[in-house]
Amino acid sequence: MTVRKYLAATALTAVVAGPALAEDLTLCWAAWDPANALVELSKDFEAESGHSMNFEFVPWPNFADRMLNELNSGGKLCDLLIGDSQWIGGGAENGHYVKLNDFFDAEGISMDDFAPATVYAYATWPKGEPNYYALPAMGDANGWFYRKDWFGRDDVKAAFKDEVGRDLAEPKTQKELLEIAQFFQGREIDGQTVYGAAIFTERGSEGITMGVTGALYPWGFKYENTPGSYDMEGAVNSPEAVEALEFYKEFYKTATPPGYTNSYMGESLDAFKSGQVAMAMNWFAFFPGLYADPNTGGDKIDFFVNPPQNQPGSTLGGQGISVVSYSDKQDAALEYIKWFAQPEVQQKWWDLGGYSAHNAVLNDPGFKDSAPFAGDFLQAMENVQDFWQEPAYAELLLAMQKRMHDYVVADQGTAKEALDLLIEDWTEVFEDEGKL
Amino acid sequence: MSDTFADRAARATPKPAARRIRGLSDRAIAWIFVAPTIFLLLAINIFPLIWTINLSFTNFKANRANRAVEYIGLRNYERILTDSDIWLTMQATAHFLFWTIFFQVLIGFTLAWLINRKFKGNDLWTTIIVLPMMLSPAVVGNFWTFLYQPQIGLFNYVVAFFTGADPSSFQMIGDVALAPWSIVIVDTWMWTPFVMLICLAGLRSIPDYIYEAAEIDRASKMRQFFTITIPMVLPFLMLAVLFRGIENFKMFDLVVQLTGGGPGSTTELTSINLKREAFEKWRTGYASAYAIILFVTVFGLASIYVKALNKVKER
Repeated sequence: MTVRKYLAATALTAVVAGPALAEDLTLCWAAWDPANALVELSKDFEAESGHSMNFEFVPWPNFADRMLNELNSGGKLCDLLIGDSQWIGGGAENGHYVKLNDFFDAEGISMDDFAPATVYAYATWPKGEPNYYALPAMGDANGWFYRKDWFGRDDVKAAFKDEVGRDLAEPKTQKELLEIAQFFQGREIDGQTVYGAAIFTERGSEGITMGVTGALYPWGFKYENTPGSYDMEGAVNSPEAVEALEFYKEFYKTATPPGYTNSYMGESLDAFKSGQVAMAMNWFAFFPGLYADPNTGGDKIDFFVNPPQNQPGSTLGGQGISVVSYSDKQDAALEYIKWFAQPEVQQKWWDLGGYSAHNAVLNDPGFKDSAPFAGDFLQAMENVQDFWQEPAYAELLLAMQKRMHDYVVADQGTAKEALDLLIEDWTEVFEDEGKL
Repeated sequence: MSDTFADRAARATPKPAARRIRGLSDRAIAWIFVAPTIFLLLAINIFPLIWTINLSFTNFKANRANRAVEYIGLRNYERILTDSDIWLTMQATAHFLFWTIFFQVLIGFTLAWLINRKFKGNDLWTTIIVLPMMLSPAVVGNFWTFLYQPQIGLFNYVVAFFTGADPSSFQMIGDVALAPWSIVIVDTWMWTPFVMLICLAGLRSIPDYIYEAAEIDRASKMRQFFTITIPMVLPFLMLAVLFRGIENFKMFDLVVQLTGGGPGSTTELTSINLKREAFEKWRTGYASAYAIILFVTVFGLASIYVKALNKVKER
């Protein structure tokens, strides 16, 4: 073949076969620290695949509203969505998410390579069944951080020993946590009045529910007597649940800053970074940023898992990544999932500040020491519990938001009454759903 | 006679069309002009209203479009009217409505009466007073959360200055007893200038000769106020009350930013509650029934009020 003929044949082949179509993919998620890490990580995907990535990040308080409206209206804004774990039931049943089983089989992606708790919570519907609608993308749980420098001060340690009768250290139980918070409440440190802890009390989206469950789970709270039965009487309002709810209210009343009536992630971070509180609850996702903070990070901060009471228990956060069924670019979106599932990409994800759920990362012998909160994260993920993941989760969540805020913040009724009313609300929802 | 543009246009018009147009009655032409408006009205107002009424008898959920829709009769209406939580939001709305209108009318009229007197800097003061109503309600709600902040909020410090109380000892938006008043204060701050402007228009519409005649009759200032000023400003005041009443019945943005409906559900007004039912819980059928109940309530009250207003104007 002459050179001219060879070139012509090559050109013809290029024209007929064409290059792989480069797509403009849009990934939707919440606007927070890990999202920035994902933007950085995704540059590798762009370089490898030729696709370009756009991002739609919505602040947490509006995230559910914005994204669920998008899905319910069959919108094509998002090709990929890192949706909250509770959306998986609705995403699957309402046809918003693409079922990924065939894709996983074809590409050799195994869910056994991911932490079981994350697969269960972020990927499966019905719960625990091997029907996958997402790939675990971001492991997360509610944890605690505190002012290590204050805890280490001799005057503070002595005062604590005097008042409480034991050494000041990371709490081993929920009750110890409250004692420490109450000790710091209103105390003068370096001429400033400080307070015990920042906890979640937000009314509008999911805040107070995520905070309260941080107490309910360690006390042994259960949503149903028998999983899948929707039999809630005696489980949701058990004596343990009542005690846990009373505990959370006491925490709110006696150990939080004044005016802390409608606070969630942002307020918790602000309270800690401004030196107002000795401790704060928040999602592990924020911990890399907190550790890197020049004023209150580094040597001044340390972390601990949500303390147990009757049993260990942490509120689950985190999300899976799904392909939106209304997208016209599903092939390219699936390419992203395939790329993201690779162990080396998952390792880089963790290195950049994301929380990988891949066993290759979590089971690495060096993982526990790779960050000051890495060990706590592993411990938390062993005992996580999530809220209902039913298609009607929004109704269930809003009912709990109302009942918990009414009792904890607005001081209405007793803990038992609040939980009884919650059962009534949830029963009505499940009756409407035809499940009761 | 010259051939005008109109003549040329008339000749160019195809004969059948011209015949058709020439054959139309005045009423038909009127209908042609009115038809687009009627069509828009039907499409934008009437059809959605009928559709909403239809949905209110179903268990439809907009986020579950693939679920079978069942007609459930008056079940949604029954649920709403027997739900004690809904009645609590109605009470919260009534409290908000009554007190905001009361304070806005009282302070707005007083300010208008003062501004109406001729003094130096009159225009400057008018401009300063109307500034709050030029702001976005969402922005107002947001910055008042800072003013009400117990540790650093200016409001608490001002109250503390006058009462000697500790600024952190009370929480305007966190306390069940104070939160309903916190939204009343902010709405009054923002919308009193609106009432003032309407009252000012009323006051300036009173001719000076009426007061001059009263002076000649040796009527006291108090008598002039109650027999001239108040009756002549009353239609304007009633109009202001109507506007503020309708606006505050559907109040949403300011209160959501300020309290989010909390603490608990203390400041959850009907509009906030309705939005949660419709677009967060996605109970579309239930929310439609809720909207119809509110519509009938507002429409009924407004109709009675407008009749009263017309009677006052006739006097």
